[in-house]
Amino acid sequence: MSEPLVRVRELVKHFPLTRGIIIQRKIGAVRAVDGVSFDIERGETLGIVGETGCGKSTTAKLVMRLLEATSGEIDFEGNDITRLKGAALKAVRREVQMIFQDPYSSLNPRKTVGSIIGEPFAIHKLLGDKGERKREVQRLMETVGLNPEHYNRYPHEFSGGQRQRIGVARALALSPKLLIADEPVSALDVSIQAQVLNLLRDLQRRLGLTLMFIAHDLSVVRHMCDRVAVMYLGKIVEMGPNEALYDFPRHPYTGALLAAVPVADPSLHGNQRRPLGGDVPSPANPPSGCRFHTRCPKAQALCSTQEPALVDKGSGTLVACHYPLTREEVAQIGVRSAR
Amino acid sequence: MSAAASSPPGEPLLRVEELRVEFPSEDGLVHAVDGITYQVHSGRTLGIVGESGSGKTVSSLTTLGLTRRQGARISGRILFEGQDLVTLPEEQLRAIRGNDVAMIFQDPLSSLHPLYKVGKQLIEAVRAHRDVSKAQARARAVELLGLVGIPDPARRVDEYPHEFSGGMRQRVMIAMALANEPKLLIADEPTTALDVTVQAQILALMERLQRELGMAIVIITHDLGVVAEMADDIAVMYAGRIVETASAARMFAAPEHPYTWGLLRSIPRLNGPREEDLVPIPGTPPSLISRPSGCHFHPRCPYAQPDHARIDPPLEPVPDEPSHHVACLLEPDVRRNLWVQLRAGSTPEQALAEVEPPVAPA
Repeated sequence: MSEPLVRVRELVKHFPLTRGIIIQRKIGAVRAVDGVSFDIERGETLGIVGETGCGKSTTAKLVMRLLEATSGEIDFEGNDITRLKGAALKAVRREVQMIFQDPYSSLNPRKTVGSIIGEPFAIHKLLGDKGERKREVQRLMETVGLNPEHYNRYPHEFSGGQRQRIGVARALALSPKLLIADEPVSALDVSIQAQVLNLLRDLQRRLGLTLMFIAHDLSVVRHMCDRVAVMYLGKIVEMGPNEALYDFPRHPYTGALLAAVPVADPSLHGNQRRPLGGDVPSPANPPSGCRFHTRCPKAQALCSTQEPALVDKGSGTLVACHYPLTREEVAQIGVRSAR
Repeated sequence: MSAAASSPPGEPLLRVEELRVEFPSEDGLVHAVDGITYQVHSGRTLGIVGESGSGKTVSSLTTLGLTRRQGARISGRILFEGQDLVTLPEEQLRAIRGNDVAMIFQDPLSSLHPLYKVGKQLIEAVRAHRDVSKAQARARAVELLGLVGIPDPARRVDEYPHEFSGGMRQRVMIAMALANEPKLLIADEPTTALDVTVQAQILALMERLQRELGMAIVIITHDLGVVAEMADDIAVMYAGRIVETASAARMFAAPEHPYTWGLLRSIPRLNGPREEDLVPIPGTPPSLISRPSGCHFHPRCPYAQPDHARIDPPLEPVPDEPSHHVACLLEPDVRRNLWVQLRAGSTPEQALAEVEPPVAPA
């Protein structure tokens, strides 16, 4: 097997909690990402799902090097980029680009679309010739389905879906090796979401993009991703190929997530759902042992003392659980994606 | 002209007739709601589905009289237990609002006052409509927090909103809405800001409370999954109008309006084939100031014929399905054949080519 494009090992990010205004004392830490390891192969789409505060966006920002990791290692094309600085970091940033969630606040309203999409060239001092840069920007606009004649328009003249296309064009400008999309459609209307998802899938196929796709919507992730990692309180609890994970989720948390998704088909609503109780605990003070044990319907004494390792339990996914779900249980809790 | 065959006989609790809400603006008159009619019976749930700017929120704010101060021009009737809420004087409306009719909003953080304890806000909601002592109201507040599943309610009643998580805040909002055992609960995107497991908790809570208290629910959402789970009847709104209404089962099994098809085909399904491409609705929702002529959906409709730009379709019963209404100019046979094709995975172009005879351009 060839070397993965991205290799993340034991990545940790703790945000310090301080008390005092002038003399700040550290009184604890929010353990946003707490020992996460995964690979992203060239040409694949890795989905990261989880609820608010699970650390999925922090993981993306760490890979982007927008945040400094507390510890751990991020290899990009075999080189450790975790602590790169200056010109070397700038060179890596050319290869990793990001699509943001909100197409309204992520575009400068005072700049024309042409200069927004051309900005990466300016930053990296590429295509100095104005005519050449304009031609390239217009080619990008065409790639993402925007009319190249709208080069001189401003973001407010575009709808939400078109703005997200502008964001995609800007991210593609430098032909990055890795594209990170953080909730790229959650701010869009239903009919517009499909336009952007289709665009991303089409670009993925045409350009062979490697994509890290972060979302809370499990249907969208299933549609987009080859492999999926499920995060809970800063840890990956289950990871595996799309089909295996959606068909036979082994971690009770994955099962609960999949059972909670409302499905647009009233004929499927035979069995009464039993939603997961409680709330996500604070990442500043995560539960001992398995972090999910406080909400887990299958928790035993062992779960509160010993943290389970992320291992293969024989169904194609890696799962961090002492007592993974069985087929019968998956059917019982009403996982709608199971065959 | 709404509700489904399964709806119970007798007078509906709420009956909205030809409601029209317009806002004057610098750019012209905004036609937010354009003559909609629907009804809800006690113990039933109506789902109103639409995208941003379809008028779904304005219509329910108007039910509570909350658009009056914004200078809205309102016509039509909103009959709640026989009283017309459109013409009701403000004081009488205030007696109904938060009492017989309550509302839950999308964002629980901005709907709670950050500087008052949750208990104080609940007590206020109770005492606004009931002549009870503070102690009694406080006991009721604790009871309500317990009812919506907040652990240790006697302690948490003295906490501030910021001490509650998002899901817990939404529970507080529901507790506040239920304070006076409303007959009608209007829930505007009640779970949009919440995570899926919390969403499932809140939806299950609303269903349980409906069973226990027998209230009618109007749930407004853009999420087809949520209406499929919750609603007995569904109304689909587009550009200020209801374009289709049917029972939930029928709306998902045999939808008739091209916009409804578009919505159903543009969401990835958790149980659908993964390789299937999504079919987005082309274009963008229209401006409510200068709406398209004829059928408002025609500029985005793949099946539109030239005369659809001239003729405005009324909401009419589907042949042989008196409780299913649709506002579409296509022939019923053509519509049915198109949906058969679309459901089998055809693109709109393929479906159109399959459906014979092709309609000659006018």
